[in-house]
Amino acid sequence: MTAITALLGSSRPNRWGPLGTTAAIVILAAVALSVLGPALSSADPNASDFASAYAAPGAGHPLGYDGQGRDLLARLLTGSRTSLLGPLWVVALSMAAGTIIAIAAAWVGGWLDSVVSAALDVVFAFPGVLLAMLVAAVFGPGLSAAVLALSVAYVPYIARLLRSAALAERRKAYVQALEVQGLGAVAICLRHLVPNLIPLIAAQATLFFGYAMVDLAIVSYFGLGVQPPDADWGVMVAGGQSGVLQGYPAESLLAGGCIVVLVVAFNVLGERLSDGSGQGGTFGPSRWWRPRRGGAA
Amino acid sequence: MAAYLMRRAIMLAATLLVSSFVVFAGLSVAPGNPLATLSGGRSLPPESVAVLVQRYHLDEPFFVQYATWLGNAVRGDLGMSITLRHDVSELIGSRSGTTIALILYAALIVLLAGVSLGLLAALRPGIVDSLVVMSTAVVVAVPPFVAAIVLIGIFAVNLRWLPALGNGSGLWDGIRHLTLPAFALAAASTAAVARVTRTTVRAELGREHVQTAVSRGIPYQAVVRRHALRNAAVPISTLAGMTVASMIALAAVVERAFSLNGLGSYLVTAALSKDFAVVQGISLVLVTSFVLINTLVDVVAAVLDPRIKLGRRA
Repeated sequence: MTAITALLGSSRPNRWGPLGTTAAIVILAAVALSVLGPALSSADPNASDFASAYAAPGAGHPLGYDGQGRDLLARLLTGSRTSLLGPLWVVALSMAAGTIIAIAAAWVGGWLDSVVSAALDVVFAFPGVLLAMLVAAVFGPGLSAAVLALSVAYVPYIARLLRSAALAERRKAYVQALEVQGLGAVAICLRHLVPNLIPLIAAQATLFFGYAMVDLAIVSYFGLGVQPPDADWGVMVAGGQSGVLQGYPAESLLAGGCIVVLVVAFNVLGERLSDGSGQGGTFGPSRWWRPRRGGAA
Repeated sequence: MAAYLMRRAIMLAATLLVSSFVVFAGLSVAPGNPLATLSGGRSLPPESVAVLVQRYHLDEPFFVQYATWLGNAVRGDLGMSITLRHDVSELIGSRSGTTIALILYAALIVLLAGVSLGLLAALRPGIVDSLVVMSTAVVVAVPPFVAAIVLIGIFAVNLRWLPALGNGSGLWDGIRHLTLPAFALAAASTAAVARVTRTTVRAELGREHVQTAVSRGIPYQAVVRRHALRNAAVPISTLAGMTVASMIALAAVVERAFSLNGLGSYLVTAALSKDFAVVQGISLVLVTSFVLINTLVDVVAAVLDPRIKLGRRA
């Protein structure tokens, strides 16, 4: 998120076109709503009143109630916090690890680069959601286990893409000039290489935020992530499912709708950012399309 | 070609070895001793403890444990379920049919609907094109559990066309029960395939050999079929193959939403009840099929498209 706000401040939003700007506004609005959360709804998100289960919207409860008689607006707002903070952690962890691995491999080159590339090829194999389920079975269900598992599962995708970009940057004349001037490797990487990779990193972070949001929601939907009664959009979709069968789809639809709107926004903004970052490697229209190893793509 | 296949085979073996190691290592990474993990925190009589120690060679070094476990797994012995007191391989075998049928059904939808929608958009610029582009842009971001909720709400609860829950019995009833799950699983991938089909066919149609064929008076349909679509087939089939691979993990979501007794929903149940032998067994089966399909997709793409540079690193 910080990357996005930083970018909002520094670059001209016009470059993103009306669609990209709308996406950025949607994301900022969601962040604002989740920060303001309790101020906007006086109801307690966890107080249940079975007499008003599935009750229609009324005064003070603009979205009505869920199957346990809890205020839906309050739960959506509280849920937005876990639903945004979870992906933020995943993106921060996997981006940090991926960037460090990518730059180290590209900078040192030689055997380290070969080992890292081979290792990334092999680690590619594990689908994130599957790893999260395995980790939940070992360590018990919970948000932090899911966040950690997804971060690990995302690292190869990020590191692979950043490595080739870092390699291209490494070969440029300005880096060699700095080396000749006697500047240390770490200093060159931190002061010159990373800043030049920032547009690409920001684009990837934005795209992966959307992926992480869906994957975390899936894990919570299984009951292996955020634990009820804590509000989370994935938990709410699962919790509202019996309501769908009885003809009260509000809870599931609202929570699912929030996820879809935000994921679309992150996808659109991420694609705009990667268009502007000069790297054609991320034209994937969806999360099902993943950057591929050499040969096929 | 032989060198390429050799390289892929070595990579495949390494990948499978590492994934199986990850699946196994969970047992020893777990807090507490492996016995407690295997029993899911249940207290066991001494005889059962002895059986577990002997089965998993818990009194021997870690790599011996891994080697015996992998050896047994390769021979189809995945241990016993602690909750059902039943052979894991048999439990997996009895449930894999549902998952395979679901994924095949969904893959069929992805290919048929995705390619035809994409073609339609590519060949009919204007309103049809914009409709397809806009709707796929949204559908592509709909995760399978949201698609499941929407489909259940519309087609099972409101219209009562199709059943919402369960497997059904018999062939026809089974297909009826799998229809909504398959569409829920296929929705996002269909949109993705449609978008890629549209873009690649558009790009092919603008190329010189296609323009030449059109100007020579060859019927437009034949040009589209023989030149544009055939060249677009490689990226489309690659994407379709990868979406099928991604469905292996995502089928669990749809199976949970529709209460189907497939592998994925069983994995979730086992993870929730800490039935570790089952979690290991199903994870191993799913990862193996995921890796195999991905390798197959790569190899097929290399065979289909001679332009792909064989044996070169990315």
